Amino acid sequence: MASRIVTFNLNGRDVEVMVKPLTTLQTVLREHLRLTATKSGCRQGGCGSCTVLVNGEPVLSCLLPVEDVAGQTVVTLEGITPVEGLHPIQQAFFDNYAIQCGYCSPGMIMVIKALLDRNPNPTRQEVMDAIAGNVCRCTGYESILRAAEDAARRLQTV
Amino acid sequence: MSEVASAVASEVKETFHVVGKSVPRRDGIGHVTGKTVYVDDISFPGMLHLKMVRSPIHHGIIRNVDFSEAEKVPGFVRVLTHRDVPKNLYTILCLIGVGPDEEPVLAVDRVLYKGEPIAAIVAETEEAAMEAVSRVRLDLEELPAVFDVEEALKPDAPILKPWGTNYFIYEGHPCRRVRFGDVEKGFAQADYIIEEVYNTSPIEHAPTETTACVAKPEPDGRYTVYTNTQALFFTMDNTALILQVPFSKLHFVGGTVGGGFGGKVDVIVEPIATLAAMKTGRPVKFKYTREEEMRVSSTRSAWRMYFKDGVMKDGRIIARKVISYADSGAYNRHTPYVITKHAANVAGPYFIPNVYIDVYCVYTNRQPASAMRGFGVTPASFAVECQMDKIAETIGMDPWEIRFINAYRNGDMRPHQKVVEDATLIEVMKAAAELAGHPLPEHLLKMHSWDRERA
Repeated sequence: MASRIVTFNLNGRDVEVMVKPLTTLQTVLREHLRLTATKSGCRQGGCGSCTVLVNGEPVLSCLLPVEDVAGQTVVTLEGITPVEGLHPIQQAFFDNYAIQCGYCSPGMIMVIKALLDRNPNPTRQEVMDAIAGNVCRCTGYESILRAAEDAARRLQTV
Repeated sequence: MSEVASAVASEVKETFHVVGKSVPRRDGIGHVTGKTVYVDDISFPGMLHLKMVRSPIHHGIIRNVDFSEAEKVPGFVRVLTHRDVPKNLYTILCLIGVGPDEEPVLAVDRVLYKGEPIAAIVAETEEAAMEAVSRVRLDLEELPAVFDVEEALKPDAPILKPWGTNYFIYEGHPCRRVRFGDVEKGFAQADYIIEEVYNTSPIEHAPTETTACVAKPEPDGRYTVYTNTQALFFTMDNTALILQVPFSKLHFVGGTVGGGFGGKVDVIVEPIATLAAMKTGRPVKFKYTREEEMRVSSTRSAWRMYFKDGVMKDGRIIARKVISYADSGAYNRHTPYVITKHAANVAGPYFIPNVYIDVYCVYTNRQPASAMRGFGVTPASFAVECQMDKIAETIGMDPWEIRFINAYRNGDMRPHQKVVEDATLIEVMKAAAELAGHPLPEHLLKMHSWDRERA
């Protein structure tokens, strides 16, 4: 099948890519646009390391054909990282040691961003539900939960 | 806080600048911004992709491999077989004197496990490489397979190794042995004989980042290899030996590992990717799929551990006999060393005057086992501590007390002929009891790791 052009808004700017049918958003981000903050842990929807926001909702980019985001808004970790310093969620992850190998961190941060955008003051259970699809194999879940709660406090005082 | 714990805490506070304090992680900013560069984030113009043709069966003879349809796939570049590998047979622990070489980089005429690599295909894209792999026609003759350590040691088991046994040979012996005191005499004197068998399953490390490398030819004739190995120089040395090139020809770049847990200390992707870079003159990426990581990469070995303990009414263990079998899978990887660590630790952190240990490194048709957190000590600790609880229950003693009574002290001789010099077991148990809110009786609180040395 022939390639086609897909246009969507990525991190605040319109982008245009030419892709074969069923090319995933993950492949477009990592291979075509070289935005590698979005990770690639399983490419089968099992680990959450490729999570990005589509219209503000967390989505597994490895399962999503890029044609499905045509005309929509996509935000990756690059999109929330300031030119200088850190986003409050990133700062909370850094300060609370919610990072070990770092491979799950981009997905975790995007999931928590989506959660805090719609629910600025989540309970611990709500944070746990939000990250339920994200695997951390260094088993740092406790510090990730602490970081999420810390991030919620920081965002409310900003 | 206990006396010891608070003394240590105040010493830490006064003396150390880093210990006992939180220090910002140097790699932390990269991790939270996604700017940390993992191997799969690296790519170069003209980079090729490598995928393996793997055995679909557990054990068999390779009669023929037909690449003619694979070669027709658009983007196919070339195939590598065992004939292309300068020193195809290897064993990674040769660097510490373990031998003989027994694992092929690419299978020659036989496969010993499902997923064993038979040939490598290099193509312009990952998709083309996968497509070409799927079109390779394998003509294999299936042989009987064995999946259980004790089945593998029976006389009628299929023999997997050229030296004619299904076990690794330790200085002429079929197992790693530890002998200390007279275990039969100990059993004869004991009030109780307590026997149990403990089994553990293989465990996949399942790092979130799969095993990967990129090998890149440089204009000066060297090869730069970006890799997520946990053992950079170990891997470089083995790669140089397999490819029969001087070490100076290789430049390994690593240190950023998206989870390893021992699963990335085998030398798996680098030799073949570097060879592909040599044969094509182009950068080559070889990244495991998640399926390969789960089904092909090595695991913690499965264990079966037979315990027989002789115990006195007062709680003293006076004899312990352990026969352990580790399932190494089809090849060595790190298991011969795992067995040695297991043998040194399976008597537990306890002083037992009569010990007899045999630990077998057994080959089966499972995917190879290798290193994982603790190198064989972890399953030993699981079995030892279950056994301690069983002893306590059998003789009607508190499980804390049985451990305090038997805990090794400084100056004790361990079964593998090492004198204990840095014991803190009793102190750790006291601190643990305190943290758990479990009051200990006075006679246990009086014990410490130096009490036999002073006596």
